[in-house]
Amino acid sequence: MAILSTPRSAVQLASRGRPLKEHLFRIALLASLAIAIVFLAMLIIYVVEEGWPRLDATLWENQPSIRRPETAGIQSGIFGTLWIIGLTALMALPTGILAAIYLEEYADKSKWYNRLIELNISNLAAVPSIVYGILGLGMIARWMQFGFTIMTGAITISLLVLPIVIISAREAIRAVPASIREGSLALGATQWQTIYRQVLPASIPGIATGSILALSRAIGEAAPFLMLGAATLVRFNPEGVWSSFSVLPLQIYSFITRPQEEFAILAAAAIVVLLAILLLMNSVAIWLRNRYQKRW
Amino acid sequence: MTSGQRRLSAVATAALVVSLAAACGGDAKPSGDSTSSAAPAQSSEAGTALSGEIKVDGSSTVAPLTQAASELFGEEQPQVKVPVGTSGTGGGFERFCAGETDISNASRPIKDEEKAACEAKGIKFTELTVATDALTVVVPKENDWATCLTTDQLKKMWEPAAEGKVKTWKDVDPKFPAEELKLYGPGTDSGTFDYFTDEINGEEGASRKDYSPSENDNDIVTGVSGAKGGLGYFGFTYFEENADKLKAVEIDSGSGCVAPSVETAQGGTYTPLARPLFIYPSAAAAKRPEVVAFLDYYVGNINAIAKDAKFIPLNAEQEAKLKADVTALKSQG
Repeated sequence: MAILSTPRSAVQLASRGRPLKEHLFRIALLASLAIAIVFLAMLIIYVVEEGWPRLDATLWENQPSIRRPETAGIQSGIFGTLWIIGLTALMALPTGILAAIYLEEYADKSKWYNRLIELNISNLAAVPSIVYGILGLGMIARWMQFGFTIMTGAITISLLVLPIVIISAREAIRAVPASIREGSLALGATQWQTIYRQVLPASIPGIATGSILALSRAIGEAAPFLMLGAATLVRFNPEGVWSSFSVLPLQIYSFITRPQEEFAILAAAAIVVLLAILLLMNSVAIWLRNRYQKRW
Repeated sequence: MTSGQRRLSAVATAALVVSLAAACGGDAKPSGDSTSSAAPAQSSEAGTALSGEIKVDGSSTVAPLTQAASELFGEEQPQVKVPVGTSGTGGGFERFCAGETDISNASRPIKDEEKAACEAKGIKFTELTVATDALTVVVPKENDWATCLTTDQLKKMWEPAAEGKVKTWKDVDPKFPAEELKLYGPGTDSGTFDYFTDEINGEEGASRKDYSPSENDNDIVTGVSGAKGGLGYFGFTYFEENADKLKAVEIDSGSGCVAPSVETAQGGTYTPLARPLFIYPSAAAAKRPEVVAFLDYYVGNINAIAKDAKFIPLNAEQEAKLKADVTALKSQG
């Protein structure tokens, strides 16, 4: 352990008192980082400032209203989003993690079909989300007769995040040193015991982080829901997986197309709520990673 | 390594608890009114509390009106849910004729091919005119030359032949300055676009393509108000809300200049850009008590709802026709 952690401090030592080039390179790195952070900060400041008058309890206590934009809320959108994300997590995470275990631990990489599967998963991760919307509309909503319900939305979003979950879970599983597996097998554990007792626990931080980042991406999606014809004006919370629903990004989109100024403020306030949910999820990811991180 | 195992089982337990909670939540209300085909209409208890779901989709122009109606109706019947989608008039009819919605909002009458699609699925419907809209042609405040435009001048700007040729206001009329003409309008999926192209260019969907299209009318407001030579068109509400930035052009269709307003649109003098707005309830849905109650409420209070949602209400004649149409629809069932 101690041996592996030395290079980091060695790099730090080496970079001290170096020529101008070294400093310029550092400045370039910092500038790149600053661009990302400054823009995020600008976005947050802008929406908080714009949405400030509406950032109160009425926002999540009330339902959207066309007639009273000054007191309209986004409760149905918050609940819709939470339902979709919760159900997506239930469907996509187990499937994705199991698929990743198969690909990393069982699949014979010399076989052409396994390589084909790998290639396709990478391709799927890059497919635009609207295409998944079309798939969901044609296959799940119409052909499977699931209608325009939470279930349809969650299955579609599961398909959307599945490739990302698989890829990140594979990375995490691959990062577990081979010596751990070999040690376990040498002590007489079966392959499944090795995976269940050694590999999975060791890769949980990576899997959890990747999964939550994948879900965070899904939370901001509007395009597949537009395609699925999710209602934009919903004044009730979902009561089950077969309920009609709306999600926050769609509500935000519908608010900004309204002519009244109050809706622009409401949209900004809704964006703040969406960002808050996102930051919350990302901090859970960071917490999980730190909590379970293990150094070999 | 038992600690790792414990961790894993903790995570697994958490996942199980969540899934159970979700499953129970789903079971608690078994009739989430699944798909459109199985519409479990609660046994008719007219006058008492109704429940069920009335699915609405279609024009984003008409949506606020139906939404306002559903909000007011919800105060009387809180158990009836009315989710309103905004897929556009065309997108709405596509879903309506697939039997996926109960009511379709439309900012233009149903097209023949849409009718055929409905017929193929055995979906019968009634057309109800619920409000009036004055399509408003707007220019920025600082435009001091275009107070009144003839329909011919509008055609000259918007017809397909104008593409790449009519570039300045001078090209439209030699009396106008040589200011660059910047056109903004709704996208081709919109009923507003269909109506405007039909009335002005003489053929539905025929328009020059080198204009800035947007599904969001607020973009048109921003675009037009930011360009001296800008011109755009959209529903009357968007002009009313932005009257401080924009100027509505009077329209001359042969009998003098008429400004868009509630009165001229209602009275029928604002031609040809005053247009009716519709809802299309399906005959099958109109047999369900909650839909009947909703339609009764919608139509019975139509002008109050229209005023509330800042639409142009129907005139007395149109209102009488609407009420007769609804009575006819109900007697069918």
